[in-house]
Amino acid sequence: MESGAIAMMVIVMVIIWRGLAASIAVALVKGRRKKI
Amino acid sequence: MDAEPASLFWGEKTEEVRMENRPQFGSRIGFIMAAAGSAIGLGNIWRFPAVAYENGGGAMFIPYLVALMTAGIPLLIMEIAIGHKHRASPPVAFGRMRRGFVPLGWWHVIVTFFITMYYSTVIAWALSYVWFSLNLGWGDKPEAFFHGYLQLADAPGQIGGLVPGVVIPLAIVWLGVLIVVHRGVKKGIERAAKIMMPMLCVLFAVLVVRALTLEGAAEGLNAFFKPNWDMIRDSKVWVAAYTQIFFSLSLAHAIMICYGSYLDRKEDVAGNAFIVGFANSGFELLAGIGVFAALGFMAVQQGVGVHDVVSGGTGLAFVAFPQIINQLPALNELFGVLFFMSLVLAGVTSMIGQVESIVQGLQEKFRITRGMAVLFGGGLTMLASLLFATRDGRHLVNVVDYFVNSYGVTLIGLAEVIAVAWIAKRLRELQDHINAVSGIRIGAWWRTCLGIITPFVLGYMAIDSIRANLVETYGGYDAWFVGVFGWGAAAAALAISVIFAAIPDRKPEIRTAESAEVSS
Repeated sequence: MESGAIAMMVIVMVIIWRGLAASIAVALVKGRRKKI
Repeated sequence: MDAEPASLFWGEKTEEVRMENRPQFGSRIGFIMAAAGSAIGLGNIWRFPAVAYENGGGAMFIPYLVALMTAGIPLLIMEIAIGHKHRASPPVAFGRMRRGFVPLGWWHVIVTFFITMYYSTVIAWALSYVWFSLNLGWGDKPEAFFHGYLQLADAPGQIGGLVPGVVIPLAIVWLGVLIVVHRGVKKGIERAAKIMMPMLCVLFAVLVVRALTLEGAAEGLNAFFKPNWDMIRDSKVWVAAYTQIFFSLSLAHAIMICYGSYLDRKEDVAGNAFIVGFANSGFELLAGIGVFAALGFMAVQQGVGVHDVVSGGTGLAFVAFPQIINQLPALNELFGVLFFMSLVLAGVTSMIGQVESIVQGLQEKFRITRGMAVLFGGGLTMLASLLFATRDGRHLVNVVDYFVNSYGVTLIGLAEVIAVAWIAKRLRELQDHINAVSGIRIGAWWRTCLGIITPFVLGYMAIDSIRANLVETYGGYDAWFVGVFGWGAAAAALAISVIFAAIPDRKPEIRTAESAEVSS
């Protein structure tokens, strides 16, 4: 694979999967606060 | 819909009781699974990879991510919030904002009815191919799908009778979906989503890993991710990105409003929308990787470039993939089952949301039991879907899909943001509602996206489609065929919506904002 394609693949994966992880993290923290 | 004052009062009281007793998801994860299942559909697997490739490869991800953050997630938040706040189907929810918005709510439901008709048929095709995978029974000729399996009519418009090979899986798909919807929100939809979504993720992950280990996978990924930066200046690429995000998230389909109405009163709206939006994009990205790794393998096997084998839609799923599976060095049948079962699961989880939206609309309109609504609403949609199981099915799917999406879904999206943001001016009210329950606070970003960016983009998309269709008849079909089944379907959806809105509710249902304030 060319370096440009690899870089793009990594950047897009990091943005989307980090976005999902961050959304879930916020949901978990909020859920825990609700229980407390 | 207009009612006597006394009955309106009575209607409000009974409505308060009904709102408290309405079905709801048993857990947050149940809602997320069901909503993500609705968003993740056939288009994620067969549309997105080709759209990304044709619009700049890796460079397309920039407009794609911009579209996700400026239109996809903001609209998703708005639709879930409308259902969550008004705790009702789209016709009733929009009617509570303004009585004049009831036809807009019905437009959501009726367009979903049209989409379900052909969507169920495509799932039936995929189910047949799961069966064929067991012995690679699709043959080795690319045209086997059209002339062997579908028995495609020689010319569009020749209905030519039902195709048994499509009718039988179609009946199985409908039976399964109607049983799930009949069992209700918690025991049916939520339970099904909790089983099918993890199963879809596991099956697809295995498929992607297998595809990545094939010879030529790197060439495929290179074609998919290599950025063509020149294309990013082309407005068509931006329109393609917004279109992909808009259709991919099941927006303006009635489903998100419907599911939002089943969410617990204190449940997070914005947080759930972010999770669903990113989960949808995450799956789409995974699909792109799997599909292009497999296309890279196909290109190497045929000794051609990846650009020679790239296709999208039904051509990718039912023509290219059987060829790829035939050429695999080992475990061909397993790869076939994984791929087509993924299509079935992705399709069925979306179809459940579509059918539930229709059932919910009928239940609230005619005050009938879920069983009756499933019988009449689901039954009618099932019968109508038989039209797409004829020898003319593939042509009809092409034309109805294009026109119902271009002039149904797109215009509904445009109409709903104009109605909510500009006419009723309810964005701040919705924002307060969302922030009162959500972990992620929304503000000026959300209002700007919905009030300015989204209407502009959707308006541009609609004008672009109209201009293209006036210049050239869609898909090279005869004008009468496109007129009757394309423009006709889009116009019929709008007309039926207006008629449904004009039929009086069985009991007073619509509660205006003013009366809501009095009663709460």
